[in-house]
Amino acid sequence: MAKAAAKTNAASASVERRPALAGRALSAPGVKVEILPPAERISLRAPEASLAALSKGLGVTLPTKPKSSATKGGRTALWLGPDEWLIIDESGNDPLADCAKVSALHSAVGISHRNVAISVNGPAAAVTVNSGCPQDLSLEAFPVEAASRTILGKSEIVLLRTAADAFRVECWRSFSDYVFTFLSEAASDAAN
Amino acid sequence: MNAAFRIPGAGRLSQAKTASFSFDDKSYTGIEGDTLASALLANGVHLVGRSFKYHRPRGFLSAGAEEPNALVQIVRDDARKTPNVRATVQELYDGLTANSQNRWPSLAFDVGAVNDIASPLFSAGFYYKTFMWPKSAWKSLYEPKIRAAAGLGVSPDRPDPDHYAARYAHCEVLVLGGGAAGIAAALAAAETGVRVIIADEQAEFGGSLRFESGARIDGENGFAWAQGAIAKLKAMDNVRVLPRTTAFGYYAQNFVGLVERVSDHLKTPGRELARERLWQVRAGRVVLATGAIERHMVFADNDRPGIMLASAARTYLNHYGVAVGRNVGVYTANDSAYAAAIDLKKAGVNIAAIVDLRDNPSGSVIDEARGLGIEINFGRAVVRAGGKLRVSSMTVQPKNGGGERTVPVDAILMSAGWTPSVHLFSQSRGKVAFNEETRRFVPGTYAQDCVSVGACNGTDGLDATVEEAYAAGAKAAKDAGGKDSGIKAGKGTKPTVDAGESWSRGMLGAAPGAGAGTTVKAFVDFQNDVTAKDIRQAVHEGMHSIEHVKRFTTNGMATDQGKTSNMHGLAIAAETLDKPIPQVGLTTFRAPYTPVTFGSIVGHARGPLFDPTRRTATHGWAAAQGAVFEDVGQWKRAWYFPKAGEDMHAAVNRECVTVRKTAGLFDASTLGKIEVVGPDAAKFMELLYTNPWEKLEPGRCRYGIMLREDGFIYDDGVVGRLAPDRFHVTTTTGGAPRVMHHMEDYLQTEFPHLNVWLTSITEQWAVIAVQGPKSREIIAPLVEGIDMSDEALPHMSVREGKICGVPTRLFRMSFTGERGFEVNVPADYGEAVWEALWAEGQKHGATAYGTESMHVLRAEKGYIIVGQDTDGTVTPNDAGLDWAVGKKKTDFVGIRGMARADLVAKGRKQLVGLKTKDAKVVLEEGAQIVEDPKQAIPMKMIGHVTSSYWSENCGRSIALALVAGGRDKMGKTLYVPMPNGTIEVEVTGMVFVDEKGERLNG
Repeated sequence: MAKAAAKTNAASASVERRPALAGRALSAPGVKVEILPPAERISLRAPEASLAALSKGLGVTLPTKPKSSATKGGRTALWLGPDEWLIIDESGNDPLADCAKVSALHSAVGISHRNVAISVNGPAAAVTVNSGCPQDLSLEAFPVEAASRTILGKSEIVLLRTAADAFRVECWRSFSDYVFTFLSEAASDAAN
Repeated sequence: MNAAFRIPGAGRLSQAKTASFSFDDKSYTGIEGDTLASALLANGVHLVGRSFKYHRPRGFLSAGAEEPNALVQIVRDDARKTPNVRATVQELYDGLTANSQNRWPSLAFDVGAVNDIASPLFSAGFYYKTFMWPKSAWKSLYEPKIRAAAGLGVSPDRPDPDHYAARYAHCEVLVLGGGAAGIAAALAAAETGVRVIIADEQAEFGGSLRFESGARIDGENGFAWAQGAIAKLKAMDNVRVLPRTTAFGYYAQNFVGLVERVSDHLKTPGRELARERLWQVRAGRVVLATGAIERHMVFADNDRPGIMLASAARTYLNHYGVAVGRNVGVYTANDSAYAAAIDLKKAGVNIAAIVDLRDNPSGSVIDEARGLGIEINFGRAVVRAGGKLRVSSMTVQPKNGGGERTVPVDAILMSAGWTPSVHLFSQSRGKVAFNEETRRFVPGTYAQDCVSVGACNGTDGLDATVEEAYAAGAKAAKDAGGKDSGIKAGKGTKPTVDAGESWSRGMLGAAPGAGAGTTVKAFVDFQNDVTAKDIRQAVHEGMHSIEHVKRFTTNGMATDQGKTSNMHGLAIAAETLDKPIPQVGLTTFRAPYTPVTFGSIVGHARGPLFDPTRRTATHGWAAAQGAVFEDVGQWKRAWYFPKAGEDMHAAVNRECVTVRKTAGLFDASTLGKIEVVGPDAAKFMELLYTNPWEKLEPGRCRYGIMLREDGFIYDDGVVGRLAPDRFHVTTTTGGAPRVMHHMEDYLQTEFPHLNVWLTSITEQWAVIAVQGPKSREIIAPLVEGIDMSDEALPHMSVREGKICGVPTRLFRMSFTGERGFEVNVPADYGEAVWEALWAEGQKHGATAYGTESMHVLRAEKGYIIVGQDTDGTVTPNDAGLDWAVGKKKTDFVGIRGMARADLVAKGRKQLVGLKTKDAKVVLEEGAQIVEDPKQAIPMKMIGHVTSSYWSENCGRSIALALVAGGRDKMGKTLYVPMPNGTIEVEVTGMVFVDEKGERLNG
């Protein structure tokens, strides 16, 4: 695979990185909504035959079950479709570079800056997300580590359950204001 | 306390907590727990409204959601004036202000009541027959007048200050209705451990246990049992109890819409509280326990205030402790009214007489009434009610005719029987069946995973209801994946009914007192003022289907959806047609069951959440510079950057001149970007675009055109080849999502054999266009690892490297005709890199320019904008873009469409340039073009202007236009007729600046 854009938190940068909505947070009874720090992300597309090699290269076993994810060493692979995964690396390593070393057929595209992550945390977290997301978020139907590309109000999101009462909501950068505002408004009703 | 009709010791409300309120500016006192209706009745107020059509005085018919008459306006403040609130549903709070509607100047004296006297003019179909001619008068005269006269209540004229919440929920068992049946079903389902939601429209659960004084369950009063059971359910983790919540719509696959009224009952709702909350519930099984609604008797003047349903009077007495009168008459065809008479009599209210249409009914309630000394008249009818603003008498006559007797009363209770509430069942697409024996429609064929229990299923008697509901609740839970509740093992906590009431039957249609004359008003539908005679007339005028009768008379078409009137109307129509009821048929019920506010449907989607507002990384910088933004789809894009004292025209002129003189910076981030990756990437591009791609070398770019199958231009954009197996594709801003879908659609359905994948990178990269003769000088100092020379980086090439130390995909390309670059950097660096480039640009006198200048600059070069210069009927040849179609290619999407006879015919509209003869005149975009301005109107139009601007660089106006056979008309004069005169134009080529294209390397 050809080289794509390399890791973007380069130490050589002479300009500052200005993540969208950096530092925004909202606390409501039972739930906290906050913007998470930047992370490395790739969109990974691959046929089944390449999964073993890619899992090895990435250091995390790519899940093949719908609505599931796998995490290892600060790197999470979210199943989004039969041949599609969102890889999120929060440990500062570069999944794009790791994929570039894998010769098996695949497409890896850097999207670290495309997405913004918002954490929804607290006993009322599921209710907050359910204000705009029609999925069943009970622990039975959407357990910890469950992941899904879905909607929140009028925006597409990727939803990952990180704990019984915590979610990571990923959306595109320019939708982050909408998604954050939606979650903030929903949060204020969630404990009622 | 001056509530004269509150009976000490009766009802369940604590007398200690009073609440003062006003109705039509008069102050009253009620008790906490009252509805507005019960509080007014406690004060002896029955007259609360005027009817819709005849402006007849109206009082309370019911004590619940079926109320057709008592619609009032609740006023909290200037912005909160809610019209058409049912007083029987509105909970009282201290300080509540209510006003009557549809009356002027006052409720007791209403000028509009002249309609009542003139009512022979307003018979069924009046509107259809009367306002037909002249046709033009409908819009200007009839409709505005009718609307002004018909209005019920006044809409608030300020933005709604309340907010509305929304929530999706899932459960295995959703129980709709919280009476005995619903509670029993919820208990059984909840015991299995599955998720249960139970909702009821009332503030307190219990349904008809509110008034059924004889009901005893598990050794206690029925209503008390209901409260205990609900408390038990509330305490369970797997149960959600929703009071004040109406299931208004039953949609596909057990998707049910409910509205919870969160704060309308509170004196001062906290700002944190939503007014209403919309619940959208997906349920495994739905248990419908929606009960039954009592019907009124249809007789002359049956709408006088003080005449109400027997169950309503019983509710006011047994729950609210309010007597609806002191000398009460009863008119019935059913046992249940006896129970009301008995309860009132025992509370000390005189029962003037019970008039029973039946000949010789028997039963324990009849014996009990007789035992209490109440006068009972069998086989007789009430043929007329006396009184106007309040009923004063009832005239009784043997039902087969004979001598009349007038009995003074101050209230009449009526019961024609009970109608099962099959609204939600009908909404679920279930088919009702008519039971000949009990003469009612009950659920027949089910269309979804739901079950009806209790009164809505035609089940009579409390014991049978609880038995049925409990079993159904357990089964629903099990079917939805729950465990066996242990009913078989006897472990369940099935409620035991110790005593209950039971009645059925009654009558449908008009009673003898409904009269055949034209002046008798025996109301079938109170809210729409439809009488028995209207329905007969509709049949006589040829309406034989109930659907036609309904629309002709408007019976059942008011906001109460005919909850009390449908069955009567149907029976009268059937009788007039001399057909059995099932042959005439029942109309289908539609959502919503009761009116739903717009607020609850809109939910969070207002203000900033109405639609996502998308901003680019440099938005803050542009805003700080004073940029004016324009909406492009959901995006906010900088439109132009006015300096002090500049209007838009001046700013755009300066921006355009500066770009061609030195340089300009432009935010192109909103352009769609798709990364096409895989060994078959070039093959895929060959199929999706008209251009050839296989031979495009990595590091080079090409302008691509995408067609639809029909051969028309769908999108365009510059594509860079980053590697043999990787393309960086750009699309138009507006086309980004649909182009991605178009490509993915073809990949999955037509070309699944290709090893290639598509990823949207629109938001990964911020794009800063640097255009103009000084562009290279501005960029070069910040770039590392890229040779910026013309030899190493010629026009239409792309390199990966670094700018300001961050990764970049640097495109050498131009949408201005000047030497130009598009700097792609990861979005979070977009603004900082822009600032660095801006600082360099300042050294050369560069400008920031917006979308307006971008449009002018590209038009000066004849570069098209898909969607502006094309409209979905333009081929590459029409647009002068034949050069971009690979001549040797044998296949791509649209290749066959492009060869269609019509698309290669002569005389097609072609894109050309236009120059006005008067250089100062700027054409209007969309203006039509003719060949001969002297021809008669309507003239033959041969094309239209697609783009038109003032070009400061050209010192004149410029335009692009689609003109039939345009390229054969070069140099010819055409005409653009406008309201203020005809404009002469000359057909020209599309390039107005630098025809040879030398400035690309200038």
